[in-house]
Amino acid sequence: MEAYLDKQQPPAIGGKAKARKWRKMKQQKYLYLMILPALICTIIFSYGPMFGLYMSFINYSPGGGSFFHQFFHSKFVGLEWFDYFFTNGDFYRVMRNTLAQSLLSLLIGFPAPIILAIMINEVGRGMFKRIVQTVSYLPHFVSWVIAANIIVTVLSSGGVINEILQSLHFIDKPITFLQNGHMFWWIIAFSNTWKDMGFNAIIYLAAIAGINPELYEAARVDGANRWRQMWNVTLPSLKPTIVILSILAVGNVLNAGFDQQYLLQNTTVLEYSDVIDTYTYRYGLQNGMFSYGAAVGLFKSVVAFVLVVLVNAWSKKVNQQSLY
Amino acid sequence: MTASKSYSDRIYLTCVYVFLTFVFAITFYPFWNILVLSLNSADDSVRGGIYLWPRAINFDSYKQILQDAEILNGLKVTVLRTLIGTPLALAVISLLAFALSKRDLVYGRTITLFFIFTMYFGGGLIPYYMILKNVHLIDSFMVYIFPNLMNVFFVIIVRTFMQELPLEVEESAKMDGANDVQIYWRIILPICVPVLVTIGLFSAINHWNSWFDSYVFTYKPNLKTLQAVLVKILNQYQTESFTSSANQMADSAKRNAVSSDTIRMAATMVATLPIIMVYPFLQRYFVKGMTLGAVKS
Repeated sequence: MEAYLDKQQPPAIGGKAKARKWRKMKQQKYLYLMILPALICTIIFSYGPMFGLYMSFINYSPGGGSFFHQFFHSKFVGLEWFDYFFTNGDFYRVMRNTLAQSLLSLLIGFPAPIILAIMINEVGRGMFKRIVQTVSYLPHFVSWVIAANIIVTVLSSGGVINEILQSLHFIDKPITFLQNGHMFWWIIAFSNTWKDMGFNAIIYLAAIAGINPELYEAARVDGANRWRQMWNVTLPSLKPTIVILSILAVGNVLNAGFDQQYLLQNTTVLEYSDVIDTYTYRYGLQNGMFSYGAAVGLFKSVVAFVLVVLVNAWSKKVNQQSLY
Repeated sequence: MTASKSYSDRIYLTCVYVFLTFVFAITFYPFWNILVLSLNSADDSVRGGIYLWPRAINFDSYKQILQDAEILNGLKVTVLRTLIGTPLALAVISLLAFALSKRDLVYGRTITLFFIFTMYFGGGLIPYYMILKNVHLIDSFMVYIFPNLMNVFFVIIVRTFMQELPLEVEESAKMDGANDVQIYWRIILPICVPVLVTIGLFSAINHWNSWFDSYVFTYKPNLKTLQAVLVKILNQYQTESFTSSANQMADSAKRNAVSSDTIRMAATMVATLPIIMVYPFLQRYFVKGMTLGAVKS
């Protein structure tokens, strides 16, 4: 639009264009006022913490002054906090847990909504389909607190999972799932899948709804049964969506979560449950190592940002390729 | 050939139905299990084995909850933050979305990028806590309201909706001399009701479900939300299940008729119920809203 205006009246001098821009901005004064509340919120609650990240290069002490004031009264330590994080042994454990939980969640949680969407699509437009779909995304809308309460109950020694396993004679004694470190990664992966499978299926269902019915017609004429139709029509049609969503998922790999780990973990499984975000919280706020917590958080933010940028560029490239 | 085809189709469809029934079971049953346990008498629940139906049905745990000052206060705080926070957030979000929906807004692109950047990069928890402390939001009810006024993702959804509206109505209003505020209030907002209801529902659910801000940023007991109280109950339960059985025996003598575990179930149900109640509305609005947002972003 700006370019269009410029073409209409080619500016002879830069000053004139500037004056016109200024006049236009004055006309739009109400629009700028409308931006103001959101701008103030964003500056305080989003950009404020970004500038606050400077605290990871100093030895921040809360002291008496305001947050930014204290910056000038704390000792500058350079990269020491990062050095400490990489060398004290926690780095390996925390990164291992974060990546393992993320990747296991992807391994189970990524195909699950695709399969669910395809299956929901197969059963026509009946009551059964509506009920299954409606109930399947209920877990998404409840908080992790409620989800954790449910998971803890179901997995308890008298819970239904143990009851089923015992009555099928897979086990003699109840398994204490949540006190077993080796099981924690899997519990998180299955919990994540359980919570978001139905919700994530929605986007695939939308994609399936957009498939040309003539493709199925053609497949039927060729004698394809329903399995073949699914395999040769539905699945290939979903491929672009699957590719893009899987690429985006890679960009999110460091966001293994906080709620689920924090609410389901206990001291006996900490070795396996601790991810970057819970680690940051424990050291930064609970133990009062503010600068260290900020440094670990900064490390995560930067790596996640770089990942997302790379992955976005990658997905754009894939998108363009699929156009040709 | 047709016989074998219909035979293979039947097997395939059977697999489909089995799978979907399984999904239904694993998503529905856990909630049912909690409901059944919350309706069973606490004394009886200790014996275990309650999976499908309550064995000794009574409402003691719910009566107990309705007398529990902590839970009642949590419920009040949660309702308040949802009722106050949601309309305010809708105002801030729709105002920004309206301004950014104008394609001829000078520096509009730069401003949009300024907001979008916060989706990709953040300062993390510790500096955020420090900022909250500095603006005196720690241990204040307003910590539930102010930081939740903005949501870039919601803004994008509303802006996209506004940009797809036909321009004619707005143009004619402009001819009549209406300014941007009047256009926003009289013309755009009424048309945007569907998308605002969607965003409002999401925002309300976020308010209802959030526990971390209450758990970490407030200390006064009377500021704790229902979810934060529920976290406390969950933590108690988890520590209890660690203490040796001998300890538990001694403990149970002191415990009153309604065990803490049944209370936990009832409180979980109370926190879940509103979500189930807005579910029909969610269904109507959110699928459209989600696909819209997903396609555009």
